[in-house]
Amino acid sequence: MAQATSPPETRPEDEAQAPRYSSDAAGLGKARAGAFAAPALLLIAVFLVFPALWVLYLGLTNYRLTGTAAAEPQFVGLDNLLDAVSNPTFWSSTWLTVQFVLGSAVIGQVGLGFAIAWLLRDRRGPLKRVVEGLVILAWILPSAIVSFLWVALLDRDGGTLNALLGLPGFAWLLDHPMLSIIVFNTWRGTAFSMMLYGAALGNVPPSHLESARLAGASGWQQLRDVVFPHIRGHILTNLLLISLWTFNDFSPFLLTAGGPDGKSEVLAVHVYKVALQSGELGYGAAVSTIILLINLVVAVFYLRLLRSKK
Amino acid sequence: MAAIELRGLTKVYPGGVRALDALDLVIPDGEFFALLGPSGCGKTTLLRTIAGLETATGGAVVIGDRDVTGVQPGARDVAMVFQDYALFPHMDVTDNIAYPLRIKKVSKNDRRDKAAEVGARLGLEHLMDRRPGQLSGGQQQRVALARVMATQAQAFLFDEPLSNLDARLRLEARTFLKKLQRELGVTTVFVTHDQAEALAMADRMAVMESGHIRQIGTPAEVFQRPANTFVAGFIGSTPMNLLDGVVRGDTLEVAGCKVAVPAAAEGRLSDGGKIVYGVRPEYMTYSAEPADGALGGKVSIVENLGASHLVTLDVNDVNVQAVVPEGSEPAVGDDGYALPRRDRALVYLDGELV
Ligand SMILES: Nc1ncnc2c1ncn2[C@@H]1O[C@H](COP(=O)(O)OP(=O)(O)O)[C@@H](O)[C@H]1O
Ligand SMILES: [Mg+2]
Repeated sequence: MAQATSPPETRPEDEAQAPRYSSDAAGLGKARAGAFAAPALLLIAVFLVFPALWVLYLGLTNYRLTGTAAAEPQFVGLDNLLDAVSNPTFWSSTWLTVQFVLGSAVIGQVGLGFAIAWLLRDRRGPLKRVVEGLVILAWILPSAIVSFLWVALLDRDGGTLNALLGLPGFAWLLDHPMLSIIVFNTWRGTAFSMMLYGAALGNVPPSHLESARLAGASGWQQLRDVVFPHIRGHILTNLLLISLWTFNDFSPFLLTAGGPDGKSEVLAVHVYKVALQSGELGYGAAVSTIILLINLVVAVFYLRLLRSKK
Repeated sequence: MAAIELRGLTKVYPGGVRALDALDLVIPDGEFFALLGPSGCGKTTLLRTIAGLETATGGAVVIGDRDVTGVQPGARDVAMVFQDYALFPHMDVTDNIAYPLRIKKVSKNDRRDKAAEVGARLGLEHLMDRRPGQLSGGQQQRVALARVMATQAQAFLFDEPLSNLDARLRLEARTFLKKLQRELGVTTVFVTHDQAEALAMADRMAVMESGHIRQIGTPAEVFQRPANTFVAGFIGSTPMNLLDGVVRGDTLEVAGCKVAVPAAAEGRLSDGGKIVYGVRPEYMTYSAEPADGALGGKVSIVENLGASHLVTLDVNDVNVQAVVPEGSEPAVGDDGYALPRRDRALVYLDGELV
């Protein structure tokens, strides 16, 4: 209150106070501020930090689901990691995961989501609501229901798709397992990108687009010169989230169970199989550690892109 | 460079707003034409329909000798300055100015040369490497102008380009823009809601009201002889006195006083008819002594206009305003008499000029 009415000569005092205000705006003091934050920090520690550290530790042991190693796990150092990198299944899983992320997330969800948002940007009325409604429906249905629907859709005999295409007996999930899960995951997750880009496109000033149109810019040139530069931050954030979610996505298992013959065994499915089906918890934890590292690298890559202005 | 012709141009927005109602307008080649009107009267719509950013519901737009009504904006050969300038934030000034040339596939060197030339002409030499975010409002406005100039379009369309500048800068930009248009000689349509701006800059102007053009003429014509009471009330920095009156033989009875019939209306009024008597405060001679044909009353308000004063007289409960030169302004409560200039006073019958 004093500052509002005090004359200019008190300014040095104001300046002396300024840093104190900026670092402790609420005036709580360290102890009380810490006490307020403690419950949240505790929850984060219990449910996020501790399990992550526990996985790191398990990866260094020969812990198993059953048997003697389950009762008395031995410390084995980096053996599990070395096993993983010399295991061809691990490498094929990694490669399948890259295909899965590029195909269903980067190209599928981001591309389709942006395309729908762009085509619907100026539309009002029933068409827009129907399209958005369908896309969002695919997103909010529970995985169990959705995967059952897709199994029914793609079934070899009596599947809806084969009936529509007139291809009785064509085994989509056996002959094209990767294609099936990529299309499935694109369908499943496009809503998020569509909504994010819908909001982002609303922030592109119409006069900028019109200015480009008046100069004679084609649709593609308008995208390149006006739209993408404006929503660059949205694109990168979207790519980051979508890539990580897809990388760790387990729902392909519900469709193909990683088969046939490991042809759709992405890393998340690989971990599940070795850790819970074969019971090698230590090895599974080591692969999880690698997944964690890949996630970190991907996140750092996008965040750097996001920070750099040019 | 080309003339612009609008024939029966109509625009109805979805939802039924009739923003333009069968407008006819011819803007000759090289003219600086102002579109003036209150907010929401359809000025922006008219400009955007000329540019092709809105499709006309009816009528035709002709630029030069080409009917462009169904032509894409990019193929109409017009350039537009938007109210927010629409500069691309991720491009520097050079790239912004050269953008239309880049779309037209002009080589990179030619583009840079042209941008540098136009930029220098508008005093932007030392700013060519900056981004729009690093420029002041006035500088951004000049970049937007430079971008338009670099295109060598047939016509320029400006949508309130000065309204985002502060008052002082606006006056400078006004003079600058007028001079520039003179030199370039490109047909220019200029939208504004500020009557002073339109009067100051235009060769000719149109005054619009809810989708209709109410008057077209030079600024002098529109200022001196507004065609109807709407234009009369809209034009002028001090509003025109519009007083209800009755014709009494060869004089008019206005606010309980007898005033002479204006020169232009002589012999065209019927006895006993109701009229509106219009005279600008600037065209009143004020004195403290009674005079024949003057409107007399008590001074109720005196407003300082700088070099003059705006005096409001209470004439039998009707407000009458007169502009009084500095030094001779009366005090509130004085008796005062305002004598209209007979050659500048106007009579409106049913809202239209007699
Ligand atoms: N896109 C639009 N959809 C519906 N009505 C509009 C649209 N743009 C403008 N209008 C209406 O058209 C009329 C004229 O608007 P506009 O041309 O922007 O006026 P001005 O530029 O003179 O202020 C207004 O009544 C406005 O509400
Ligand atoms: Mg407008």
